[in-house]
Amino acid sequence: MLATRIIPCLDVKEGRVVKGVNFLGLKDAGDPLELAIKYNEQSADELVFLDITATNQKRETILELASRLARELFIPFTIGGGISTIKQIEEIVTAGADKVSINSAAVKRPELITEGAEQFGSQCIVIAIDVKRVGKEWHVFTHSGQKDTGLDAVLWAKEVQDRGAGEILLTSMDRDGQQDGFDLEINRRISESLHIPVIASGGGGKLEHFVEAVTKGKADAVLAASVFHYGTYSINQVKEFMSSKGITVRL
Amino acid sequence: MIGIINYRAGNLQNLQNSLEFVGVKSKILNSPAEMKGFEKLILPGVGAFGHAIKNLQDYGFWEPLEKAVEKRIPILGICVGMQVLFSTGFEVGKHPGLGLIPGEVRRFQTKLKVPQIGWNRVRFENPENPLLKNIEDQRWFYFVHSYACFPDELNHQLGTTNYDVDFCSIVSRDKIWGVQFHPEKSQRDGLQLLKNFATNCQ
Repeated sequence: MLATRIIPCLDVKEGRVVKGVNFLGLKDAGDPLELAIKYNEQSADELVFLDITATNQKRETILELASRLARELFIPFTIGGGISTIKQIEEIVTAGADKVSINSAAVKRPELITEGAEQFGSQCIVIAIDVKRVGKEWHVFTHSGQKDTGLDAVLWAKEVQDRGAGEILLTSMDRDGQQDGFDLEINRRISESLHIPVIASGGGGKLEHFVEAVTKGKADAVLAASVFHYGTYSINQVKEFMSSKGITVRL
Repeated sequence: MIGIINYRAGNLQNLQNSLEFVGVKSKILNSPAEMKGFEKLILPGVGAFGHAIKNLQDYGFWEPLEKAVEKRIPILGICVGMQVLFSTGFEVGKHPGLGLIPGEVRRFQTKLKVPQIGWNRVRFENPENPLLKNIEDQRWFYFVHSYACFPDELNHQLGTTNYDVDFCSIVSRDKIWGVQFHPEKSQRDGLQLLKNFATNCQ
């Protein structure tokens, strides 16, 4: 039986892992490779690196990181952050990443999803969707949650799937960083509407949240950052708890 | 020295990295002319069955691979590289495969998510096989696929995995092996399997 994946996410700035507190005051949290190895030893199923560098050195540092990771880490890893062209995908994949995560650029030019899937295979193309509740529905937001695209989250998720995405990384902007639980309703709605896997993100703080994301939110994988960075729980602790509740995990 | 067949079906750098990590020398073979003298071959691959078959033909690897099998050169197929070893595939139309393993490659018939993405267990049907040395039964490996292999003959099924249905996750026939999962992305056990192919599969 397939295991539910637990995926730590690391924010990387200028080649270093950073931790933010409520989007303010980023602190240096070490070398990405060292942290990746630590999470790997704790039986992380995959890793996601989000490049938040805003300078011209952006591409070189992230490519260098991908290539270092690929030589030492033998689990799948994804790189995201500002990817908007086929050429960028190619560079990142050639450097050794297994998947790329694309967000705003997919909304701006949805053909990028199809082109990426055709050239690199669907398994390589993860579409990140940031959602926020607006009245009774959920809208897709871009530009780090600042811009309401007006797109309905469920419809957009379906389009993304039809265009050839391999997986969806669904982040609730309402819950992100709050550690008060995942947005189970939108997770369930999207997961039940799609045949590709959905990774739930945003809100994981307590052990019970990870269980709910799967049992109620129907998530195929769960991503979290703060809870692992701050050492509240290790990945193994989360998995052992999930296992005790009858969820299949790789321990 | 292991030759990795480059028929333009995915990035091969990670496979080469993982072989290097376990101390196995390998070379990426960009054309059939480069296949001479290699004592073992790996046939990797991502993408669709039909596309992989077409590329094997277009880049001229099809017949040299058949010849390598006749010469009993050990071959390991990975993911789609395993699937093309079979007689027939049904991804985007019906396509003949290399036919080295009698059987079919069919889409998962399940209500679960397709593709299957993630870690699943492999049950060993014959733990004595040299490919499985020093790997425990029922360990986890990383899978990404929508189509699965079903050999006609059960004695070719070396590993079984369940994704709603039981499918063949490791195939073995004489000097031919194939794995549906990605050993280069399956951590310690995956690396051990690659090492086993390099050192034990003669």
